[in-house]
Amino acid sequence: MSAIELTIDGKKIEVEPGTTILEAARQLGIDIPTFCYDPELPSNGACRICVVEVEKARALVASCVAPAGSDMVVHTASERVINARRAILSLLVANHPLDCITCEKTGECKLQDYCYRYGVADSEFSGEVKELSDDDSNAFFVRDMNKCILCGICVGKCQDVIGAGAIDFTKRGFVANVGPAFEDSIEDSTCVFCGLCIDSCPVGALIPKYSLGKGRPWEITKTRAVCPYCSIGCNVNLHVKANEVIGVTPVETNPVNRGHLCIKGKFGWDYLKSGDRLTRPLIKSNGVFLEVSWEEALALIADNIDEVKTRYGSDAIMGLCSPKTTNEESYLFQKLIRSLGTNNVDSYTRHCHAPAVDGMMEAFGSAAMTNSIEELSDTGAILVVAADPAESHPVISYRVREAVRNGAQLIVADPEPIGLTDLAQHYLPLYEGSAVALVNAMAYIIIEEGLQDQAFIDKRTEGYAAFKAAVSKYSIQDAAEVTGIGEEELRSAARAYAGAEKAAIISTVGANYSAAGGGLVLALANLALLTGNLGKESAGLYLPYGENNLQGVSDMGALPAVLSGYQLVKEKAVRDKFSRSWKTEINQNAGLSAAEVFTSGENSAIKALYILDENPVTCIGEENVETVQFLANLDFLIVQDIFMTETAALADVILPAAAFAEQEGTYTNTERRVQLTRQAVNPPGEAFPGWAIIAELAGWLGFEWIYDGPSDVFDEMTSLTPQYAGMSYERLKTRGLQWPCPSEDHPGTAVLYEGRFSRGLGLFTVVDDQTAVPSRTEISVSSAAAYHACQCQSDSMSKRSVINNFKRDSGR
Amino acid sequence: MEEQLNSVFASYQGEKSELIPVLQDVQEELGYLPEEAIREVARFVRLPEAKVFGVATFYARFHLHPRGEHIIRLCCGTACHVRGASKVADRVKDVLSVGVGETTEDMKFTYEEVACIGACGLAPVMTIDDKTFGKLDPDKTEKTIKKFGEDSSEGGEA
Repeated sequence: MSAIELTIDGKKIEVEPGTTILEAARQLGIDIPTFCYDPELPSNGACRICVVEVEKARALVASCVAPAGSDMVVHTASERVINARRAILSLLVANHPLDCITCEKTGECKLQDYCYRYGVADSEFSGEVKELSDDDSNAFFVRDMNKCILCGICVGKCQDVIGAGAIDFTKRGFVANVGPAFEDSIEDSTCVFCGLCIDSCPVGALIPKYSLGKGRPWEITKTRAVCPYCSIGCNVNLHVKANEVIGVTPVETNPVNRGHLCIKGKFGWDYLKSGDRLTRPLIKSNGVFLEVSWEEALALIADNIDEVKTRYGSDAIMGLCSPKTTNEESYLFQKLIRSLGTNNVDSYTRHCHAPAVDGMMEAFGSAAMTNSIEELSDTGAILVVAADPAESHPVISYRVREAVRNGAQLIVADPEPIGLTDLAQHYLPLYEGSAVALVNAMAYIIIEEGLQDQAFIDKRTEGYAAFKAAVSKYSIQDAAEVTGIGEEELRSAARAYAGAEKAAIISTVGANYSAAGGGLVLALANLALLTGNLGKESAGLYLPYGENNLQGVSDMGALPAVLSGYQLVKEKAVRDKFSRSWKTEINQNAGLSAAEVFTSGENSAIKALYILDENPVTCIGEENVETVQFLANLDFLIVQDIFMTETAALADVILPAAAFAEQEGTYTNTERRVQLTRQAVNPPGEAFPGWAIIAELAGWLGFEWIYDGPSDVFDEMTSLTPQYAGMSYERLKTRGLQWPCPSEDHPGTAVLYEGRFSRGLGLFTVVDDQTAVPSRTEISVSSAAAYHACQCQSDSMSKRSVINNFKRDSGR
Repeated sequence: MEEQLNSVFASYQGEKSELIPVLQDVQEELGYLPEEAIREVARFVRLPEAKVFGVATFYARFHLHPRGEHIIRLCCGTACHVRGASKVADRVKDVLSVGVGETTEDMKFTYEEVACIGACGLAPVMTIDDKTFGKLDPDKTEKTIKKFGEDSSEGGEA
């Protein structure tokens, strides 16, 4: 179809057919006012504030719904248009409290701005006004529905984008309102407190409690940072006044969260201001912690490390790195530990993800997520197994919803309804523990019906014959019996997945808590290989990690057998490269893993331990007796953290670190995107950024490290790490970069395995445990654990935040 | 209630587009739409409860509270208004001790005001169930209602 040419306010423009007059005007930089229009939602032309005059048209038209027509002549600010807009504003103002002096929204209220623009000071209509009481029911935001102008954006966002469905229009006419079912309070609704309604409200009807009375928009500076909770790595604007974070809004222009957040990102940052923050170095003396200077603390650490090294050797020292630390901090940490002559450095929570990591390594030769989060919106089919992304990684569930709105088939396999069940065309409530059987049955059906991608199988994979023989051993009736899902449902799910041009699979940490977790990952990999859903956009396997920088900390080499970029310690060329750069010898033996060490009790070979931002004593909510025993037996324990945790309480020295908003650095999210997070406020007291503490300590230990700032550390790391080689802070500024990014002109890699798998060919693996009678006592493959798993390492943050108030079952 | 709801749901697929007919049938079956029924309908058609509640409160034909044995609809259109419908309205509310849209304690009458019932020649006019009563004044109205309450088989005049 050919482009349409029209004239708006005397300017000619060509647009694609189907473009609305509003969109065309925006392309010209003409600002037509809108209330109910949102690019993410279907337009309905309800509020009429966007009316424009089209020559030869009888009435004014709503530009948000009227398509641009050929040779149309449009006036967006004629007298007739302005009079119409004034009348609309006057009607709105007639029933809107004009308490702008104290209203939190003043300065960024659309109603106020448009009244200013069109000179509407008061209403010419007087009459009854709404007198509703505030909904102050919850810990997060206040709803003053007297200010609501019924634009409906919050309703659309809540139902379509987020899927919480907490609110809708109620009643009609004068008493029409927006609210939860049965006029309940928000607290008693299905609200998930993602805050999107607040961020998209054009007026002051919805106000977050954290910002009440804290400042005006023009007093606030916004600093762009990356959310510290889960591995999605949402970009946020931290609102800062007088060195205090007083609010958070989502960044709209980045590909990760595109203006969306969840409760953690929107409300979970207030732990920054917790009274429990560590502000000075502490040394334990006769069982009591004393505040000391940095010099004293670092000198004591250096003395003790030297002593342990002399008495027991380097391999008696270990470092445990949290997946919450920045890349710069974790890189320097493993450099420090290795410079001390040992490879005993690990990231403890890696064990939670071991099934995913091991399975993907086996099938593809690399453990990273194959595709990008934003690609999900364009996929044709999505299989969700052993996952509840609406709980564990909400932004992924928003993309799934978007995909379904765009026409994708959604298959949800879980014993219990999850947050996406409502929109699944195929909901398979399988028996617990039967997920592998279900996935194998889907593979069987795909092969039986000839739906596999034979060209892909022939060219890109190996092990197919054995795999085919294995899945063909059982009939569909067997599978139906084991899974509890009927043959027809199994067939239609298999056809939906295999029939799509591009299909994606989502499975979260739930998989890792299943006894069959590793098997399930392999079975899912088989399914993707079978249908050629790898190495192309909007396909692949989405097995997102829990913690915000688990990917990055692993990439940085905070692991016992590899240096940064998964370069093997055992290879001499690798050791030589790092030795040259670091001017130190690298031990040739792989280090001990945290799992080995923490269960070694009194017989541990480790005498000195340095823990970064990690609380192994209470990981996964329970005190770990074995861990306490191990820690108590150490000669010397250093804990660097932002809080006095249960683990820190056992330390000999505690070093106070900066939190995410208090330092610059990079995090690598679960889709391998390296993102820059910036410093918005100063750390409390004498707390310092983790990377700087480690660099300082290195000096006390006799190493000559000189870094001007975190970008210096990053540059050293990229020079040694092929996947990151083309990155720099400058290049990361807007969208970040996804590794591998081997050179400075490389755009980064959104999709892995185009043309080749890391191991060469993709490997089919026989996962044959479907004869096993599913046990009701087996740990559920369902995602009950997912939410808590995601909380695991963040617990020390979230339990000191207002979000700790939100615990109920949501959105079901 | 569960049985009654299931009998309604039996003739539907559970699609979102079936919401309004399902609500109509449920109301037909139960006489009104109790909270529990709205929740069940929402689950059945896989829509948020807020959406179903919104629809149920938008249309005047849906009722969220039990309704009386008899429905009084008083016309408040222009002609009736001019001929004194508001005085009639006051008397009805007084006699029955109810407000607009409410039901008497004995569940005998529900009182509603409507815009126009198309019988302007009889203004002011009201209907009780499917019977029409015209040329009303407060006293006549009171008598009519009382009589209707005693013997609801009484025929209307038109």
